[in-house]
Amino acid sequence: MTSDALNARQIHLVAPKNNGKKITPQQVLGEVLKYLLLIILSVTYLLPLYWMAISGLKTESQVFRIPPVWWPDPARWVNYIEAWQVDNFNLYLFNTVVRYAIPFVFGVLISNTLVAYSFGRLRWPGRDALFAVCLTTLMIPAQVTMVPLFIIFKWLGWVNSYKPLIIPAYFANAYWIFMLRQFFRTIPDELSDAARIDGADEFQTLWHIILPLVKPALAVVGLFSFMDAWNNYMGPLIYINQSNLYPLSLGLASLSASLSQVGIKGLAYPYLMAVSTLVTLPIIIIFFFTQRTFIEGIALTGLKG
Amino acid sequence: MILGLKKKIRQMSNTERRQLFLGLLFASPWILGFLGWTVYPMVSSIYFSFTRYDLLRPPVFIGFQNYREIFFSDPRIGTVVKNTLFYVFLSVPLSTLTALLVASLLNTRIIGRPFFRAIFFFPAIVPITVVAMMWGYLLNPQYGAINALLKPLNMPIIPFLSKPELAKPTLIMINMWASGYAMVLFLASLQDVPRELYEAAIVDGAGPIAKFWYITVPMISPVVLFNLVTGFIWAFQDFSLPWLLTGGGPNQATEFYALHLFRNAFRFLRMGKASAMAWLMFLVIVGFTFILFRTSARWVYYGSGDQKK
Repeated sequence: MTSDALNARQIHLVAPKNNGKKITPQQVLGEVLKYLLLIILSVTYLLPLYWMAISGLKTESQVFRIPPVWWPDPARWVNYIEAWQVDNFNLYLFNTVVRYAIPFVFGVLISNTLVAYSFGRLRWPGRDALFAVCLTTLMIPAQVTMVPLFIIFKWLGWVNSYKPLIIPAYFANAYWIFMLRQFFRTIPDELSDAARIDGADEFQTLWHIILPLVKPALAVVGLFSFMDAWNNYMGPLIYINQSNLYPLSLGLASLSASLSQVGIKGLAYPYLMAVSTLVTLPIIIIFFFTQRTFIEGIALTGLKG
Repeated sequence: MILGLKKKIRQMSNTERRQLFLGLLFASPWILGFLGWTVYPMVSSIYFSFTRYDLLRPPVFIGFQNYREIFFSDPRIGTVVKNTLFYVFLSVPLSTLTALLVASLLNTRIIGRPFFRAIFFFPAIVPITVVAMMWGYLLNPQYGAINALLKPLNMPIIPFLSKPELAKPTLIMINMWASGYAMVLFLASLQDVPRELYEAAIVDGAGPIAKFWYITVPMISPVVLFNLVTGFIWAFQDFSLPWLLTGGGPNQATEFYALHLFRNAFRFLRMGKASAMAWLMFLVIVGFTFILFRTSARWVYYGSGDQKK
């Protein structure tokens, strides 16, 4: 920080005292209003999630009580277990994580690291033009390629498998490339030059010099892509129509459909909200522990966009 | 052109040729993916848009018939386009504005900023299926929490999702609730605005509104543009939430372009018409992005160099 900036800051901090003013009632009122607004907004933002979680605990009679029950007492904890077993959610969880998310995240990490390294740290003729083309693909709506890709994947016999959702991830994607490239460019060139002078080839430079330095970036990409797989609804909706292959997103949607067929009876809503809460829970846990990494990662995608 | 490239490559020095080879080698996953999952599908999508194709029988070339149908004889298309424009042009500015206001509030001197930031961001990463289930229940006229909260205030029951005039605004409200990504980007750029600028403005006697309008807005205008462009591209193709929450209803009030396209492709197996619809959508998005970027020269301020306005 330059000394000018430091001075400016000090002046800012000292200025009120120098003016000899005390804190005015207006300032106090302003502060109170500000925190009041923050708290009201926070409650509004969290209320839907709170409602979901506690609705999962309600007994039959509590569901229909008016005014509604905001604190179920007694709480029916067993809803969470029963609801999970109404349909085969253990299988859906397995499908989501093992069949889909893990191979997907793996592909995203490998392919985008290589490509971002090429666009961000190698110098070669045509690089910038190609990178510009890469960025314009962000504008292409999924719908344009959706139909022909479906035709291709059907022809390949990949419908009712996770291949249409996983295999393309091994071929990189402009969004992740852009994000990783932003990180890669923060590393000084001298580091990789030194490695090259020592006789390292590009793969070795990437593996031994760059990757250890961008671990947080890889964590961000891994995290984001995992959540993409966990949350994806439209992809599975197109490609997966056997219920034994459903991911959680389709499982939850089909639970909702089957419960509403029975009618709004008994424990339908508590069950639905219980499963919804359980599907959200891993996201809450991941976010809670990685909040900083997460938000800094997003902030980076917008820089000089 | 290929001959020209060959010539160019021949003229290169050995090092240059090696660099080109390495660059292409590392970029090859994307290059192959771009050709296989983007260029080829897009080109074949043009072809399909001129055919009748139901996946069971081979495609039949029918000229401009799909396009003619979309423009002139699809009975739903008028409603669909109106719905989509209403949705896109209200949802994106309102969500962006919400995000900016929340970010500005978080950018004031407050205790516990990371905590509040986490709360306002979180809705953006709740799985979309859950968002639909949760709001569907919350907004339920009989058993939902929101109508129950309104009841003691002697308000009539609001059928958020079952009344055609209310369905689109309700979806927009949910999008505003989930505008956390834009909020985080705004907050990051607000924190990058140099303090000295505000100090100088205070010395010049600027009040809070003048400071916001003459310093904050120009300084964060690149992020405004970024959020608007990504927001519009995303909103045009938004599918999951309306599909899950309203399924296009009530009375087609939320039948958006992306839903109509999906229905044609995967419910009516009209791959040709869906391809034509997709291409028209792509052209609209490209045109729209182009206009935004062209006008952006007038209102986006990129730090260095002379200020354009």
